Amino acid sequence: MSKLIATASQTIGPYWSLIEHPEWADLLRAGGPNDGYAKGERISLTGQVTDGDGAICPDAVVELWQADPAGDYEAGFQGYGRSRCDAEGRFHFTTVKPGAVKGRGNATQAPHVTLSIFARGLMNHVSTRLYFSGEPLNETDPVLAQVPAERRGTLIARPTAPGVWSLDIRLQGEGETVFLEV
Amino acid sequence: MSDPVGYLPVAPGSQAPLNSPGYGSTHKRHPKQAAIRIAPTLTESVAPRMLERDYPAFADMSVHEGRQAQGERIIVGGRVLDENGRPVPHCMIEIWQACSTGRYHHPLDTHDAPMDPNFKGEGRVFTDENGAYQFVSIKPGAYPWRNHKNAWRPNHIHYSLFGAGFAQRLVTQMYFPGDPLLPLDPVFNAVADAGARDRLVCGLDMDIGREEWALGYRFDFVLRGRDATPTENPS
Ligand SMILES: [Fe+2]
Repeated sequence: MSKLIATASQTIGPYWSLIEHPEWADLLRAGGPNDGYAKGERISLTGQVTDGDGAICPDAVVELWQADPAGDYEAGFQGYGRSRCDAEGRFHFTTVKPGAVKGRGNATQAPHVTLSIFARGLMNHVSTRLYFSGEPLNETDPVLAQVPAERRGTLIARPTAPGVWSLDIRLQGEGETVFLEV
Repeated sequence: MSDPVGYLPVAPGSQAPLNSPGYGSTHKRHPKQAAIRIAPTLTESVAPRMLERDYPAFADMSVHEGRQAQGERIIVGGRVLDENGRPVPHCMIEIWQACSTGRYHHPLDTHDAPMDPNFKGEGRVFTDENGAYQFVSIKPGAYPWRNHKNAWRPNHIHYSLFGAGFAQRLVTQMYFPGDPLLPLDPVFNAVADAGARDRLVCGLDMDIGREEWALGYRFDFVLRGRDATPTENPS
């Protein structure tokens, strides 16, 4: 079969917020696809996006993609959210904590959330995963195992208040986030 | 259940490097370390199913609150396919663009050009069963952007697509044929392969346009494809 070649990505640019719907950052919003969803533990996810100078990226947008509390995708819970970064470069999501997800072969993946970052100055989005500190399954997660131990911390969110988890995204330089591709 | 099939490798030159020096904003924002390649898991193989019920379509950007926008009305249509040539049905496409004078309906846009109050610049459509989509808009104007001396972006429309797998997520820009600004644009030219750049340029299509009403342009999107044909009937 003759193959086509995927369309080139181009930067989302500075004016993407023409398509912004701020409520999409709350996956449990009234009137949204998960309206009335009652399972699992409600959590907030936040973090600051910074560049190679450590300067904040207030124009960036972060997309979230996750499983439901049972570790399933799109089975009664739409695990998609989008949050712009605020004046402090911070994204904020309201969601439920995902469960462990089936991995390749017989593996089990630790609970995780995929984060994709789009911004002016990024010709393509970059994606990473957010894991939750203290999860026993982190020790055996096949994706975390692929990340050099000294950089693994860039994928592990820490609790900053009950139900609030924080993970900063450093696009470049010291403490640069580990990005993943398939 | 068998493991998810991997994606075809990125064709050389078909995607812009994150470090694209001609585009100044990439300097401090591109990761210096290579991304770690992982084998796709369930996480990377499924995608949010966007339903029109939750994300209503609005396919005519040329009219705002019943009033016609200024400028050259256009109809843009085409198909969304994957790299194996299969249509991607029910794909949500978000659209945004400047008005005919090159001004975005956005507080950060300070370009000294009149803003069209009847053009908001946001659209959203879904592909049908055959991967086809179409929308009506106004041809966007060029605008200055300070990247280099007397820098102007060519006419372009921004798109965001959600495919059938999260790895198919695509954000891109579509350009217009014959635009003399194209050879000067660092964003367009960050894509090294000439064929890949050409595929970002739509084509005039008199079958898409409507007589005495609007010019038509064809633009097909290609999302990443799996590198093997999944078994239809797993045994
Ligand atoms: Fe633009």
